Amino acid sequence: MPTFLANKWTKIPVFLLCLVPFGVMFWASRTGHMGPDPVAFFQHATGDWTLRFLVITLCITPLRKLLKLPDLVRFRRMLGLFAFFYACLHFVTYLGPDQSFDVAGMFKDVAKRPFITLGFAAFVLMIPLALTSTAGWIRRLGGRRWQMLHRLIYVSAICGVIHYYWLVKSAILRPLFYAAIVAVLLVWRLVDWFIRRSKTAPAPAKTQNASANG
Amino acid sequence: MMLQRKPDLTHADVTPKEIYFNRRKFLQAMGFAGAAAVAGKGLLDLASPRLDARAAGKFPNLAKSPFSTTEKESTFDEVTHYNNFYEFGVDKDQPAKNAQKFRTTPWTVSVEGEVKTKRKFSMDEILKLAPLEERIYRHRCVEGWSIVVPWIGFSLSEIAKLVEPGPKAKYVAFESYYDLGQMPEGKYAGIQLPYVEGLRLDEAMNPLTLLCVGMYGDSLPNQDGAPVRIVIPWKYGFKSIKSIVKIRFVSGEPPCTWNITNPREYGFYSNVNPNVDHPRWSQAKERRLGEIFKRPTLLFNGYQDQVASLYTGMDLKKYY
Repeated sequence: MPTFLANKWTKIPVFLLCLVPFGVMFWASRTGHMGPDPVAFFQHATGDWTLRFLVITLCITPLRKLLKLPDLVRFRRMLGLFAFFYACLHFVTYLGPDQSFDVAGMFKDVAKRPFITLGFAAFVLMIPLALTSTAGWIRRLGGRRWQMLHRLIYVSAICGVIHYYWLVKSAILRPLFYAAIVAVLLVWRLVDWFIRRSKTAPAPAKTQNASANG
Repeated sequence: MMLQRKPDLTHADVTPKEIYFNRRKFLQAMGFAGAAAVAGKGLLDLASPRLDARAAGKFPNLAKSPFSTTEKESTFDEVTHYNNFYEFGVDKDQPAKNAQKFRTTPWTVSVEGEVKTKRKFSMDEILKLAPLEERIYRHRCVEGWSIVVPWIGFSLSEIAKLVEPGPKAKYVAFESYYDLGQMPEGKYAGIQLPYVEGLRLDEAMNPLTLLCVGMYGDSLPNQDGAPVRIVIPWKYGFKSIKSIVKIRFVSGEPPCTWNITNPREYGFYSNVNPNVDHPRWSQAKERRLGEIFKRPTLLFNGYQDQVASLYTGMDLKKYY
């Protein structure tokens, strides 16, 4: 398994798999399987897949550590970028059909509607992460600072979940399901961080080289 | 979600009536005319397919109503596969599947409360109670989408004539059928069931308020509120309660399901109003199903001539 994950070719099937939801949406649009409200179909499908890819991306670090599969990290950037890809599609279905490409009107809407504000924030927070996702940017920023910056994905995921929760009328089970997963993934990080801190810095004698928290 | 395997064919998979009849008409045309004429006629039929379905339905020759809009009707497929009917699931495509086996016979509607003569009406009695009309109404959902539906029925006031509401009757309360055995999805609706709704007496007696028993020339499909529902075209769709079993004339403002669920977001009146936003989203525009861009929403959904006088002097922002 580990050697399989490390194989340079495994990224290709994962990439294609990530494109499947887009393929299904495209197929639905060509064959009239979008239902009576095509716009809503694309808005919901792209929104769902943005959240799912955010969740999958957030799963990588816990899985990597719990299953002792360090090579999983090779897929993290791709998965994160796919979350951004579906978020871009989601944003376009809002800016176009809903706002008629009126950017000023869109900003008014963003300011006025809390659920739009959070959705927009979740999207905007992903932009710097996508832009600095290259190896070059990790070098330029330095690993530590890059990592700090990329913790914005936590905020983005939280905003995304609340965006979904505030959107529904009464069917809160699905947004709560995503909220629960995101909560587990973030709490795991917190716990992991405490455990590592207590291990590297024994309570009484404070060492001067404080640990780096990954 | 989108990849799941579908079960075997259900009623939802049956070719929509309009397409079926359109196809038949097309074949007929093939027989009568030459191939050259067919192309043009076939296209014409495609442009107005429901005329054919109407003639074949249960209610073929209906009186037209001056209240009908001349706007382009939504397709039968749109109106039957995009439903908010939480008793049968919260997704809009679920009622079309989950309501197929819903039993609507026998059916009685009990009319009670502050009336001279309480009565239970069977479906047959309701159908003969007053001449049926076709009313083509705009229907605007609180979620921001809209359709145009050729409903069939008569003004709710016809019922009042028979039972004679007394002086204490100031409101009318409606109640939907609810039965977990037939509606197991109701458990996850997130709203209190049975679904209840209400109107002020003068709203209920306005001729636009329709006791509806059909659409597109035929009986109501289960997912659209069979066998009998209320349609109030100037209010958001959730006020137009489906599959009713009880009509009560009462003295106080009756509870309404969405108002109970979230009083800040869904008021008792819930008149369509582009100037009063939902706390979470704008109501200024709406998307007509099948269209990409939104169109402006009209005050009282365009029925201000008929209903604005009901609300003179009322602050519509306060009584939303």
